[in-house]
Amino acid sequence: MSISRSEVTVGMELPSKTFSITRADLVTYAGASGDFNVIHWNERVAVSVGLPNVIAHGMFTMGLAINVVTDWAGGPEFVTDYSCRFTRPVVVPDDEVGASIEVSASVLEVTDAGTAIVSLSAVCEGQTVLGKARAVVRLA
Amino acid sequence: MLNASFIGRVYPARGTYLVGREKVREFARAVRADNPVSLDVEAARAAGYQDLVAPVTFPIALAMEAAEVVIMDPELGLDYSAVVHGEQGFSFARPLVAGDELEIVVTIENIRSAAGNDMITVRADAATLDGERVVTATMLLVARGTAA
Repeated sequence: MSISRSEVTVGMELPSKTFSITRADLVTYAGASGDFNVIHWNERVAVSVGLPNVIAHGMFTMGLAINVVTDWAGGPEFVTDYSCRFTRPVVVPDDEVGASIEVSASVLEVTDAGTAIVSLSAVCEGQTVLGKARAVVRLA
Repeated sequence: MLNASFIGRVYPARGTYLVGREKVREFARAVRADNPVSLDVEAARAAGYQDLVAPVTFPIALAMEAAEVVIMDPELGLDYSAVVHGEQGFSFARPLVAGDELEIVVTIENIRSAAGNDMITVRADAATLDGERVVTATMLLVARGTAA
């Protein structure tokens, strides 16, 4: 079920979510997406190219973050546009805890075309990891 | 420094990409997209779709594969070992559904350099074999330090 226009107001906050990601999650995402870039699973290579450690795929963070919007909107089919910048890497340590990404979102605009423009924020270790993250949601 | 004359270059579709039901499910589980339309065929059909609806960022899988033609183009000379993903966008004409067979045309939208980095914007347009536009994925790739 999509969300109705009458339920949406500018500035409203969507329910936020926190995602914990471990090395195993990076391997799972690599397989699912086909992105096997070594810096996402091999510490030796990641460090050799100047990274502090293995980092998450930017696309993995982007894919997790949109859940905040699709859960609110009623499903992935109601999101017509989604874009972001990858501003900082998410470093994933080799332990059972991994990294934690807090995602929040709010309605920026409700358009005459019957869509809501949502702004997303993703924070890891107190720093924003996605920039200018925006999604367009089709309203009923 | 990348050759700016490549701006506007179009790479025609090489074969097709068939969106697989289990690939959609695998991707949905990986990104924790637990909406039933992406996991349960009955739920997807009840919502009016032929099969599972792909998560929003699923098209990256087909776009990256299609963009390899640009990344690996020896005439362009992109240093892939220095490439990081700068920005990503998706724009859907309709939801992507398992069973869709797509042709992906890749276009170099822009090439520029700033702060010693080469930046290239690559657009992948996915359409059905009947020519129905489904999704456009636009990516900014940054080759660090190669424009110096």
